Amino acid sequence: MSKPLAKLHGVSRVYQKGKERVEVLHDIDLEIPQGDFIAIMGPSGSGKTTLLNLLGGLDKPDAGQVVVGDAELSAMSNSQLSHWRATHVGFIFQFYNLLPVLTAQKNVELPLLLTRFSGKERAERAAIALDIVGLADRAKHYPRELSGGQEQRVAIARAIVSDPTLLLCDEPTGDLDRETADEILKLLQILNKEHGKTIVMVTHDAQAADYANRTLLVDKGKLDFKAAA
Amino acid sequence: MKYFGLIWRNAWRKKIRTSLTILSVFVAFLLFALLSAVGYAFGGGANFADAERLIVINKITLINPLPIAYQNRIAAVPGVRSVTHNTWFGGYYQDERNQFAQFPVDPDEYLSVYSELVLPDEQFEAWRKNRTGAIVGQALADQYGWEVGDRIPIQATIWTKADGGRTWEFDIEGIFTSETAAAGATAFMLFQYDYFDEARAFGNGTIGWYVLRVEPDSDPVQIADAIDQQFANSANETETSTEEAFAASFAKQYGDIGLIVRLILGAVFFTLLLVAGNTMSQSVRERISELAVLKTLGFTDVSVLVTVLAEAMLILAIGAILGLGLGWLAVEGLNAQYGTQVPLYLPPMAFVTAFAIMVVAGILSGIMPAFQAMRLTITDALARG
Repeated sequence: MSKPLAKLHGVSRVYQKGKERVEVLHDIDLEIPQGDFIAIMGPSGSGKTTLLNLLGGLDKPDAGQVVVGDAELSAMSNSQLSHWRATHVGFIFQFYNLLPVLTAQKNVELPLLLTRFSGKERAERAAIALDIVGLADRAKHYPRELSGGQEQRVAIARAIVSDPTLLLCDEPTGDLDRETADEILKLLQILNKEHGKTIVMVTHDAQAADYANRTLLVDKGKLDFKAAA
Repeated sequence: MKYFGLIWRNAWRKKIRTSLTILSVFVAFLLFALLSAVGYAFGGGANFADAERLIVINKITLINPLPIAYQNRIAAVPGVRSVTHNTWFGGYYQDERNQFAQFPVDPDEYLSVYSELVLPDEQFEAWRKNRTGAIVGQALADQYGWEVGDRIPIQATIWTKADGGRTWEFDIEGIFTSETAAAGATAFMLFQYDYFDEARAFGNGTIGWYVLRVEPDSDPVQIADAIDQQFANSANETETSTEEAFAASFAKQYGDIGLIVRLILGAVFFTLLLVAGNTMSQSVRERISELAVLKTLGFTDVSVLVTVLAEAMLILAIGAILGLGLGWLAVEGLNAQYGTQVPLYLPPMAFVTAFAIMVVAGILSGIMPAFQAMRLTITDALARG
């Protein structure tokens, strides 16, 4: 097993819902090795997305430490987390979350606006990312002109364009038919195996989880690994 | 600059809404340009007033004349450098619509007091030597196609001649320009007072008002007081003021146009703020999840705030530039057509004011939505989206 890319130690996360205090994660310990592909499964409200948000620096734990690479996310300010996310992590959402006013190419270039790359360099890198996901010929298309599967591929290109080590996917196939979902999952596998990306994927779909190396079950604030099929 | 594409695309997300907002901004700034020019026109002489010039008028009203005999006594007041006089002639050329200002003056004194007027020496000498000679401003010469040597008839509306005639004929001996760039600075005609005073049917030995230039280091207020005290309790008491105050009070005969203009523009820009602010608020509400995605990708709170604010500024700037640009063209066009009657001009200060309004309105209309965008919590916004 290679050295851990991400470590969660004693992590708890509590939400206040009105007067009720809901502890979504309780004293969690987790290590994610570099180059791993983990599927997170569990019932609705079990804390899957919360776990993903903590790993991506979108949320902070109420207790414990979250360390990704050399960065202790739990100790960083919001501004520091923004800068960290821009270069270290790529996000893929269930509903793609592309900006409808931008072409596929410009959507993919978005994370590179936060770098020092020139316009030409940004365009070149976005073209490479689109080529990797097989959508080089759709660069000038707007999201409304693409199918769901193509939109998700653009979202994946956007997630990998700044060459992050970690990809976080929240139900990436939840809005796709089986065939398209399999294509997206194969693409994620390629990114994991051939490009060395560490992938953490939240899913409700057991078939999708089969594409991962391991499956992590989250329930009632606790984690439990299940051997991959 | 690298965010410009994103800002531009976001601004045009709803083309009709953005176009209507830009149209409202355009109309506001077009009105601003036109009303600024109107304000300038009613400002009259205040636009080229000189701080070192004082005006002496009859205390009763400007219409009441003053004796020409006052001139030497005014000149003797300590601090007065030179004095001249002016009288409103009020004639027109060929057609009643061709009205412009004409003044009978003393050539030497007048050009000494109004040193910004530029007239070639040989033309000045020719004017002095010709009792029926006149000089006209470049703007008038351009409008009516006059040249030196032309003889022009001016129909009097006030000053009939002793022989009962109303037609005064003048030989154009010179064409003057002005060092003042302001519109209207050369849209008038000057002719010899001596000829006017001898030929007119009534009012002989009087003038309309005095204009004097004070020594640079003197106190104009003190000099004004000294002049007015000298003629206190006489048949023709005087009221002396700076040229700017005189011009401003002259303009207020029509009402406080400046105040009316400011009130109208205040209402227009207040409405504009509501329209632009509403557009930006709607625009931000519609894309909460997109803003959350930008933050997820690594855009900081401040960069999100700046992009939303820049979007508001962009919409304001497009409308403002178009409105001001068309307003400027309209004012130039109207001035070319009617400038000798009513000088219309968009002074540089109007552009500076418009720019300031544009920036302030952009910030005010965008600041609340921008703060709303900045304060978004990513996880909440994504969950809502």
